Amino acid sequence: MKTLLKLLSFIGLVLTGLPSILFFMEKIELETSHHLMTVGMIIWFVTAPFWINAKVDKA
Amino acid sequence: MKKNFFQKIVSDTNEFERTPIPQQNLKGSNSFLGMYAGEHTAGTEFVIGPLFVAHGVTAGDLVFGLLIGNILAVLSWAFITSPIATARRLTLYYQLERISGVQVVRWYNLVNALMFCFLAGSMIAVSATAVGIPFDLEMPTLQDWMPRTPGWVITVLLMGAIITLVAIRGYSQVAKFANIMSPWMVLIFISAGFIGLTQLGVDSFDSMISIAQEVIWTGVPLPGMSKFTIWHIIFFTWFCNMAMHIGMSDLTILRYAKSWTAGFYTFAGVFLGHFLAWIASGILYTVFLQANNASQEFAPGEIAFQTAGIAGAVCVIVAGWTTANPTIYRAGLALQGIFPKVPTWKITAIVGGITSLAACFPALVMRLLDFVALYGLLLMPMGAVIFADFYFADRFGFQKEQALTNNSKFSAPALFSWILTLVFCLGLNQFYGVEIFFLGLPGWFVAVFLFIALSKIKYPLNKSIIA
Repeated sequence: MKTLLKLLSFIGLVLTGLPSILFFMEKIELETSHHLMTVGMIIWFVTAPFWINAKVDKA
Repeated sequence: MKKNFFQKIVSDTNEFERTPIPQQNLKGSNSFLGMYAGEHTAGTEFVIGPLFVAHGVTAGDLVFGLLIGNILAVLSWAFITSPIATARRLTLYYQLERISGVQVVRWYNLVNALMFCFLAGSMIAVSATAVGIPFDLEMPTLQDWMPRTPGWVITVLLMGAIITLVAIRGYSQVAKFANIMSPWMVLIFISAGFIGLTQLGVDSFDSMISIAQEVIWTGVPLPGMSKFTIWHIIFFTWFCNMAMHIGMSDLTILRYAKSWTAGFYTFAGVFLGHFLAWIASGILYTVFLQANNASQEFAPGEIAFQTAGIAGAVCVIVAGWTTANPTIYRAGLALQGIFPKVPTWKITAIVGGITSLAACFPALVMRLLDFVALYGLLLMPMGAVIFADFYFADRFGFQKEQALTNNSKFSAPALFSWILTLVFCLGLNQFYGVEIFFLGLPGWFVAVFLFIALSKIKYPLNKSIIA
């Protein structure tokens, strides 16, 4: 489960970073890059809390 | 791991407060790498980068100034703060109490708390510029010192109330949230910078260089702004965390390090936050200026929204909030040192109230560079006192840890070194026109000299031996 969450979080970060490169390469419009970054943000917000602080909570 | 470590340092006030850190509680260098990387990408970064653009710095001056200033800051942490932290392993407050006495520490705490309130206030204002976007709130301009509209005041006060309520509930949850947000925020800065460059027409390395020089950091200040040179950038970058390194605040953090070399790991924070993020936010501001006909409006929320969309605006809110919240908490802790019998929640509520009121004034954002420099300058002399006590007491023949040695609540050399150094700096500023960014360096030497001289007079070593 944690592996899946980490994978989803990683996808969230990719969706945050990749659109800027695609926009630079003129593959997508600015608006699309904004939408993708918003989706990436939501995925990160929803998934990261479940594993980032896990070590802390156990400690 | 790193989170747990940072939480302990900031929120757990009783652990090892008056004792050196035991061997088994020391932390490896990776803990510091992670902690510093997260701590220096904050809400202030959304303001500082744009202000450099507004102050008309050139591209070359910015890059070389940031490189030199950040290296100097890392060296200050590594060679000034870290060796003392790992040798004595005490908090700043307790170390200071042993030298200057508890009464002087109270005054130090008061100044510290006030500075924290204003810093947190500026971050609430930064967040408000993003919160206000959907409500079409009229944003402050670069020249604004007073609030423009009742809407601004209401937004800021509401945000301040929410942030204070969260701070009253304790630090832990916010620290966890900040920890989660940290990697995402760094990525937003980088992505937004990339988008901004594309919006400005960059399509190759050569065009990036020319646009950086001719469009972004042109060397021409905006109307009403003073001109910044490479010296401003070097000294601001070096001293923006002056309270932490040569001011010794980070004794409290670095005392956990196994080796003094942990001080070098601050490079992760400063080069992410005070290099990449400042450059990125400067790019975003230029996009904003171009899209809004060189508008005088200065609203980090709108600036980020224009380039990175909703994610950018949310990043501004999160960055402002995650900076404001621990800062309010720290201010509360500092004040509790003065009023130990008042409950923590009351202290935090009072601090939150002061912070929220301060946040209503856009001057805190527009003059953030001056304020950050002032904050460091006010606290720096006490760091110099700790430095002089550690390195020069034996060499120059005066007592170490004077208040502790003499069982005193007040040590005149520490207090007068602090006051006279600030008077000296004020004199340099008022009579010789030396800007606030450059006062820290001469001030530090003056503070060290004063402390040595006054200690030699008041607490000479032979006197203590005879006694």
